[in-house]
Amino acid sequence: MVNSELVLNGQTYAYTIYAIVVILFILGFAYQVTKPGKAGVLKTSLFVVLVVCLTVLGVSLHITTSKTIPWVPMDLNRADIKPDKVFNITVVKHQFQLPSDKLEMKKGDIVVFDVTSNDLTYGFGIFRQNKTMVCQMQVVPGHKNDLMWKFEESGTYTIRSTEYSGPEGHQMILKDVVIVNE
Amino acid sequence: MNFKDTLLNGNEGLFKPASLTPMQKLALRFVVTGILFYGLTALEGMIMRVYQVKPIPTFNSEHYFSLLTAHPLVGIFGSSYSIVFGAFLFLVPFFMKKPLWSIKMGNWTFILVAGGTFVFWFSDFLTHFAPLYTLYWPLPADFTQFNPLSGSFFILGIAIVMVGTLLFVFNIFKTITYTPEGYEKVPGCAMLASATGFSWKESIFRRKSKRRENLVSLPVAAVARGTVDTLLNALIITFTGVLILVYMIAAVMGFNLEHSAIDALLYKNWFWWGLDLIADGLVLIFVAGTWYILATMISGKELYMARIARLALWVELVVSWTVWSHHLLSDQAQPGYLKVVSGELVTAFELITQGLAFFITLITLWSARPLKMTNPLKFLLGGLLGFGLAVPAGIIQADIGLNRILHNTQWIVGPHVHVAILVGLTMTLYSAIYLLLPILTNGAKLYSQKLANFHFWAHLTGGIGMGAFMGMAGLKGMLRRTIYYEGEYRIYMILAGICGALLFLAFLAFLYNIIMTVGIKGVFGIFTPAESDTKELLPENK
Ligand SMILES: [Cu+2]
Repeated sequence: MVNSELVLNGQTYAYTIYAIVVILFILGFAYQVTKPGKAGVLKTSLFVVLVVCLTVLGVSLHITTSKTIPWVPMDLNRADIKPDKVFNITVVKHQFQLPSDKLEMKKGDIVVFDVTSNDLTYGFGIFRQNKTMVCQMQVVPGHKNDLMWKFEESGTYTIRSTEYSGPEGHQMILKDVVIVNE
Repeated sequence: MNFKDTLLNGNEGLFKPASLTPMQKLALRFVVTGILFYGLTALEGMIMRVYQVKPIPTFNSEHYFSLLTAHPLVGIFGSSYSIVFGAFLFLVPFFMKKPLWSIKMGNWTFILVAGGTFVFWFSDFLTHFAPLYTLYWPLPADFTQFNPLSGSFFILGIAIVMVGTLLFVFNIFKTITYTPEGYEKVPGCAMLASATGFSWKESIFRRKSKRRENLVSLPVAAVARGTVDTLLNALIITFTGVLILVYMIAAVMGFNLEHSAIDALLYKNWFWWGLDLIADGLVLIFVAGTWYILATMISGKELYMARIARLALWVELVVSWTVWSHHLLSDQAQPGYLKVVSGELVTAFELITQGLAFFITLITLWSARPLKMTNPLKFLLGGLLGFGLAVPAGIIQADIGLNRILHNTQWIVGPHVHVAILVGLTMTLYSAIYLLLPILTNGAKLYSQKLANFHFWAHLTGGIGMGAFMGMAGLKGMLRRTIYYEGEYRIYMILAGICGALLFLAFLAFLYNIIMTVGIKGVFGIFTPAESDTKELLPENK
């Protein structure tokens, strides 16, 4: 089951390995370039291979994520998907106004958070008990901000603004208001 | 020489400010001021690092966010712009073998960029106007949170920097195209086309035997292309600043203009289009150009694949006009096709263009093997490593799926932004400073190589380490642009703080080394008027 925690862990390992390889590569280069030896110039064909590799790398990342991360197709096609539940939320003066005290749903439901701002640009993020991020979006005034999501695990989640909206904004936290039942 | 003598007159008394030409003084003024603003940025950064370990009770959130607002702007405009402008106002005449079009205008650019930075920093310091550099509409015009008068001074400071920037742009293009007195007639338009890359078909598709020589050398072409983005960006920032000023001045006079007259999403699109002309435009183009200049000067060899490098710079320019949507991947009202095409696919091109610049520079250096591990070479390799780490980190977050869980976390600002700027850009600039130091100072000798080594290692490990620990916290859900009161990510922030302290120590070592090299009298001598009025770059007897 692919959830955002798994994706984050995968990214941590992949990028760490990459970073170590690049650091070692430059260290190796620095060591070798000071050593006497023949300064062979790279062949053009090898250089072309290098460029092709970079291109494949750049494009394949997006293809891989769009095929493996489940929320990508759902996000791009959300206008055509019928949700099980819609939560209409309003934000004004650094306050989230929820339709009810708690937002309850069943695990596996497709839900939509439809957030309207009446003044500033805010953010809307959902976080696990261990503080890792489940998902987030920007909340722009004068526009529809709808985030479609499917919770894969039951539990209690916190809502927090993820965008800066002035010095008051960092207090925009609603603890344990999203409840996903088994 | 004893300590006091060296402190006053510089290492072995070799630096004589009276011997400097107006051009050398101009370049040194920019560099020295840029270094001092870097110190201010680093100090602000350190205060915020402490605050993220544990919020300081006497120091409320308004304080914190006004620091957060000033920090990147002082860093980019006060420091990076200064050093880059100074270097290029010197290097374009150097490579074109003709004088700068106007030294006076160059000095005005210096005064306006330094003065404007001081104005917005000081107004922020006094009044805590804190809309962040992003200025998301209608936050800068939210007068329930901010005073419109203090905001006006802030915007005025930015506007002064932009005027200085426009003078720089004008001076550079004029220098490329004008014919100085007593010189052979310069074909102005053709020079401009060659410099900006609009004659690219010529160099790529013509057969080798029929190909005409490029009118403008590669380093000058790189500067010119970056300057195109500098111009477009200055226009966008000026336009947005005027718009915000209209709201502020109306409020000061007692009128309340309707916020909804401006579409927040449209505004966000044009402003990020403009900001990305810096982040994904002129920074990348100037850096690639600087790598090529440094690699050829250090190795004494021709640039490997110079034709491809020239083409890549042109692609980079076009890419920089079309990548802005990667900042709006989490805006649900942003059209999906813009997210995929501009946000993901065009952005991925930066991996290719920057990757090309990375390899072309390394291969050029390799062709001169064996090289001595000098300060310029060390710092150049550090700069290459910085972008080697930061560009892929950026490609990762410019992905629709991953942006959903990375946007506005410490990942963005750590492994991507700070590694790119501190390790990639700043180390490249340090390489240029160490390389140009003897040329600009008519042979001053670096005071201490040990301090230079410490500067290198402390800056490199501090920069990469800080980015790494911020990144780890970001992957665990830590946001940027907010405050945590319950010690949530304390262990990461302590480690990032130690790395930040290392960066700060590196800066102090560098500053001390430079002051001991040129002496306090030398530093002041840079800012007094030059004794000769020659338009030449270097003194004639040299
Ligand atoms: Cu960008």
